[in-house]
Amino acid sequence: MTSAAPLLAVRGLNAWYGESHALHGVDLEVFGGETVTLLGRNGVGKTTTLRAIIGLIRKRTGQVVFDGKDLMQLPLHRTAHQGIGFVPEERGIFATLTVDENLILPPVVAEGGMSVDEILDLFPNLKERRNSPGTRLSGGEQQMLAIARMLRTGVKMLLLDEPTEGLAPVIVQRIGELLATLKKRGMTILLVEQNFRFASRVADRFYLMEHGKVVAGFPTGELADRMTLLHEVLGV
Amino acid sequence: MTMIFGIPVQALLGQLLVGLINGSFYAMLSLGLAVIFGLLRVINFAHGAQYMLGAFVGYLLLTHLGIGYWPALILSPLIVGVFGIVVERLALSRLYDLDPLYGLLFTFGLALVLEGVFRYYYGVSGNPYTVPPLLSGGTNLGFMFLPNYRGWVVVASMIVCFGTWALIEKTRLGSYLRAATENPRLVQAFGVNVPLLLTLTYGLGSALAGLAGILAAPIYQVSPLMGSDLIIVVFAVVVVGGMGSILGAIVTGYMLGLAEGLTKVFYPEASNLVVFVIMAIVLLVRPAGLFGRDA
Repeated sequence: MTSAAPLLAVRGLNAWYGESHALHGVDLEVFGGETVTLLGRNGVGKTTTLRAIIGLIRKRTGQVVFDGKDLMQLPLHRTAHQGIGFVPEERGIFATLTVDENLILPPVVAEGGMSVDEILDLFPNLKERRNSPGTRLSGGEQQMLAIARMLRTGVKMLLLDEPTEGLAPVIVQRIGELLATLKKRGMTILLVEQNFRFASRVADRFYLMEHGKVVAGFPTGELADRMTLLHEVLGV
Repeated sequence: MTMIFGIPVQALLGQLLVGLINGSFYAMLSLGLAVIFGLLRVINFAHGAQYMLGAFVGYLLLTHLGIGYWPALILSPLIVGVFGIVVERLALSRLYDLDPLYGLLFTFGLALVLEGVFRYYYGVSGNPYTVPPLLSGGTNLGFMFLPNYRGWVVVASMIVCFGTWALIEKTRLGSYLRAATENPRLVQAFGVNVPLLLTLTYGLGSALAGLAGILAAPIYQVSPLMGSDLIIVVFAVVVVGGMGSILGAIVTGYMLGLAEGLTKVFYPEASNLVVFVIMAIVLLVRPAGLFGRDA
């Protein structure tokens, strides 16, 4: 992709939970095919940023432009149809739906998504459990399912909220491989991640958040030079 | 004459049949309530009035337009369903962000208004609705005489219950409905038009009540109060089955109908009470209901 316009452009994004002002003017850009990670301590507004972009938080101001379209004006159920998918931190696997039903739940929004068979080849664990209730899966399998079901929809971009949280190292590694596979297929990813080592392996660029704002942005190559800042802000 | 526990078999089977017919209506009505409550979190107090409306639509179609039972069997639920959709769009949908109590109060008020209007024009005495010729008469089963129409009601209600269950548990639309029952915001973020789903669900629940109403018209008389007499028992059924459980509502509906019938044989004085006694016991032992998931 040679176009200079970012796929996702967020400018001056403010968001509120009730009276509580959670985002104070977030600015960030994600270009097509990039994997970008939001870093920051607990409570600085990383999850809130994703939820405000997708529209789960309605009390928001500023600009969210995706693929040239303004997402701020759209009702929640129209947003996904622009080609953007959300994988929540709590994974959102439905207990009253089988694995299969969970997998085909999100509607196809564009051509170019994977078929169910292709997805199941990528996730052999899910193949064996197609008819069990979604929440009978292990935490890692549920995370796989939460990402897998977005691949069918044909979205161009995924918002992933802490995909490695609470998972064993071997599963974290598998999710890393999965993200690499998706990247090869041209998927654009905006990732929120506490696991700094994991993030540094999968991301092209980083944004650092503090107090509801993006305070720094840099490519993975500059990571070494930025360690002092990261120590200061993240305590890693 | 054959006796079981000192009761003639004919009497026992007769009451069990009455129980099964009552149970058919309990099942259809509590099913609609459970579907509506599951997704909308609204306790639909207008359900009894919508059942009455279904019966009245059939009655009015017949007396004013000469449209008979079979077309009314389609038209009544359709008209009541559209009425439900209008109510949801105009009023209920504005209450979702408020305390669930508002939905309950609104539907309760709606029930009172509907009943009041029909009582004003049609009085409290019932209006007869003749059994369609195809189903008049009865069949001698050897051990008892079964009026054909009552047999039809039992079969029809089982088809309706099974159809609704299959729609919710086995179809793609049903999987949207189940998922939205668990987490409506996320399902909407996936791109499903959840507000439309809520509207259609309330329409479906209302239509089920309307269908029960037209099915009931030839058995009970068509009266403005027919719904409020029934709805209290139906709420007890939903509580016993577990709020929001589809299968629970169906099974409990038939079970409690049969329990009522049996009580009529062995201790008639308690037959109006037995459902509520069972409800009290279930609430003590399993507050989430027999089929409910513990919250």
